[in-house]
Amino acid sequence: MNAKRLRRELTPPLTGIAGLILVWALLAALTSTRSIPSPVDAWRALWRGIADGSIPTAAWKTLVRLAFGFGVAIVIGTALGFALALNEFARRAVRPLVVALQITPFIAWLPLAVIWFGATERAVVFVTIMGAFPSMTLATIQAFRQVPPLYSRAGQTMGARGWTLYREVLFPAALPGYMAGLQQAWGFAWKALMAAELIVAALGSSGLGNLLEDAKNNVPALAATVAVIALIGVAVDYLVFGVLDRRIRGKRGLLQV
Amino acid sequence: MTGAASLQPVPSRSDAPVKFQVRDLVRRRTSTSGTKVTAVDGVSFDVHQGEFVCLLGPSGCGKTSILNILAGLDRQNSGQVLMDGKPLPGPGPDRAVLFQEPALFPWLSVRANVELALKLVGVAADARADRAMHWLRNVRLERFADAQPHELSMGMRQRAALARALACDPDVLLGDEPFGSLDAQARELLQDEVQRVWVESENTKTFVFVTHNVREAALLADRVLVMSAAPGRFIEEVRIHAPWPRKLDDVLVARVVSEIHELLMEEVDKTVERETPP
Repeated sequence: MNAKRLRRELTPPLTGIAGLILVWALLAALTSTRSIPSPVDAWRALWRGIADGSIPTAAWKTLVRLAFGFGVAIVIGTALGFALALNEFARRAVRPLVVALQITPFIAWLPLAVIWFGATERAVVFVTIMGAFPSMTLATIQAFRQVPPLYSRAGQTMGARGWTLYREVLFPAALPGYMAGLQQAWGFAWKALMAAELIVAALGSSGLGNLLEDAKNNVPALAATVAVIALIGVAVDYLVFGVLDRRIRGKRGLLQV
Repeated sequence: MTGAASLQPVPSRSDAPVKFQVRDLVRRRTSTSGTKVTAVDGVSFDVHQGEFVCLLGPSGCGKTSILNILAGLDRQNSGQVLMDGKPLPGPGPDRAVLFQEPALFPWLSVRANVELALKLVGVAADARADRAMHWLRNVRLERFADAQPHELSMGMRQRAALARALACDPDVLLGDEPFGSLDAQARELLQDEVQRVWVESENTKTFVFVTHNVREAALLADRVLVMSAAPGRFIEEVRIHAPWPRKLDDVLVARVVSEIHELLMEEVDKTVERETPP
């Protein structure tokens, strides 16, 4: 990517962030209460947290849980979604239940999770899975159902049937919709994990959500932690799913010029 | 002719074996409003091996339904369809199909689309690239082999689809108004392409195309089966003896075009007579 294009790509989002910090600084200066820290205080707290290792340690812990919870949600959601895309009866039987799960705020599972697993890491991961797998399932169903029948018919006339038809035609045809589902499920997993970590305090200061709980009297540290959480969420969304999505859709001519 | 009576099958290249034998074919389908519609109402015809047959009729006369049945993609509600004397099998690479849209896979390059067709019929991996390029050269797309389908014009895409359809050396090529959405120039190019492939096959390949374009039918076909409006039945069979390659301004082609037009006008008149109370 050349410098000119990089500048064109990055200028709008950087302007947005600069604007946000400006509004924040003004707000802090005008109210001058202790409950709104200035960006400078937050920045200092962030560096302190990074220097003493508390933020990196917590972030690592959180990311491991996330990888596990999101990974399980992807596996369940993909398998269930695929099965439901294939079978109309099963789809009509199960899809409404998955929609119900999807609409249920994931944090509602936490009390039950704590009863089942105790105030443990398992409870947190369980809530993450419950947060992400319904949307993954629905997105997978949708991804397959949106494949134009013409592709399947063309594949059949070329001699593809059964598994070959799926491997060569239906899976690649469903990929853009599936990727959009992954991106959305990532957002749900991340939110569910943060909420669960924040509430399940018994885990000590071992995750970003717990860091929020620990820092509840230290306003700059709270702001710094929120910033880190937002940053990780956006970074994964843009750098992993955004890039993959652009590549997949760009190749198919699905990006708007 | 007695109104819209279904035509008795008349052998054309009577020395050639019958490729498709269709008898009393009925196809009903459910319309978007949920009512059952008879798309094809008891048609019978033969297609001989090596023939180029066009099914010509207005939109909604069921000609696409017939083609989809020949392709093995849909099943008839009643009637019999034989291929080479045996019940018609499901879809397969022996009967390539050119759809109304190019139906190229957008995740594959033009070349990879053709290579996939070869892969699916079991051509060894190292032989696919050469054969794919051979057919892309044939439709003059070799410079666009590595482009993605969306980067090509509609006419080029349909040419790539033709290369993909022909790469596996099918016995039969079925065309479902494949040139309907093209501009005049692209259509002419493809019509030439299709004529050339069929002529070069020296009556080994059977082509069945459906179209609502009288000129296209007269240009391409050995034999045109003219269909009535829905529910579709055959009203006339027109044989075209003009030599290949044909041009639209050939005298014989032009004469056939006007003959078919006359036939269609008569049909319209009959319909009006039938529907007007005395």
